[in-house]
Amino acid sequence: MLELLLFAVPAGLVILGALIVIFAKNPVHNSMGLVLTLASLAIIYITLNATFVAMVQMLVYAGAVMTLFLFVIMMIGVDKPEQTREEIKGQTLLVSGTLFILIGLVSYVVVNSGFNWDLYFPAVEYSLEGTPDLIAASLFTEWVLPFEIISILLIVATAAAIALAYDTKVRKPK
Amino acid sequence: MIEVSTDWYLTLAAILFSIGFLGMMIRRNALIMFMCIELMLNSVNLTFITASKHFGTIEGQISVFFVLVVAAAEVVVGLAIIVSIFKKQSSASVDLLRTSRG
Repeated sequence: MLELLLFAVPAGLVILGALIVIFAKNPVHNSMGLVLTLASLAIIYITLNATFVAMVQMLVYAGAVMTLFLFVIMMIGVDKPEQTREEIKGQTLLVSGTLFILIGLVSYVVVNSGFNWDLYFPAVEYSLEGTPDLIAASLFTEWVLPFEIISILLIVATAAAIALAYDTKVRKPK
Repeated sequence: MIEVSTDWYLTLAAILFSIGFLGMMIRRNALIMFMCIELMLNSVNLTFITASKHFGTIEGQISVFFVLVVAAAEVVVGLAIIVSIFKKQSSASVDLLRTSRG
């Protein structure tokens, strides 16, 4: 019962937050919905034995990335109404309809295919706790080359952000 | 007694991805579209962690770190682009972006 509750409550909050993200009008409300989704996902990660990933999710996503989003929202103003004129007539309805038909079709095919998933991809009996030492032991040995490459990506992204947002006019001496 | 199985988590990830994709399609504000990209990336992260638990390997959780870093880099560059667009046309709507039209 507890297991079911620990899945159902965060799952409901994840979906609620996601709906707030796409339907709220005020950008600050959108970002708060995203925080709700990310925090609830962290709870789900803990129930899936990924404790370290849950911590990183809270720190990096709900902390750093959302702060960055809020900075930009405050910078470019929250009082501007979104332009809602449809370039193609009925495009919102068209997209939602197509998406739901597609999802329904895929779900129907998957459920009725009769493919025995458990036979080909059996679940393991033991459970693996995602502790920092276990992750580090794999990350710094087997995955050390991708780890180093990703640091280059971060430096390039930082340099690109500075180059893009740098305003030469402001820096001119008077 | 209902047991929470792997399918439930994968279904949640699919729903989250669909909501993110829907938002990406129906919203015009570039900031909101970035948030929808975050939703989709997070649904993929949930899939990775579910697979990590299902197969009893740690590689799924390591992939999540790489996705996390790519998402952070993407947000930094994307928000810088939005700020510089906003300086030019004082709006974050993607419908007004016609400068790269052929």
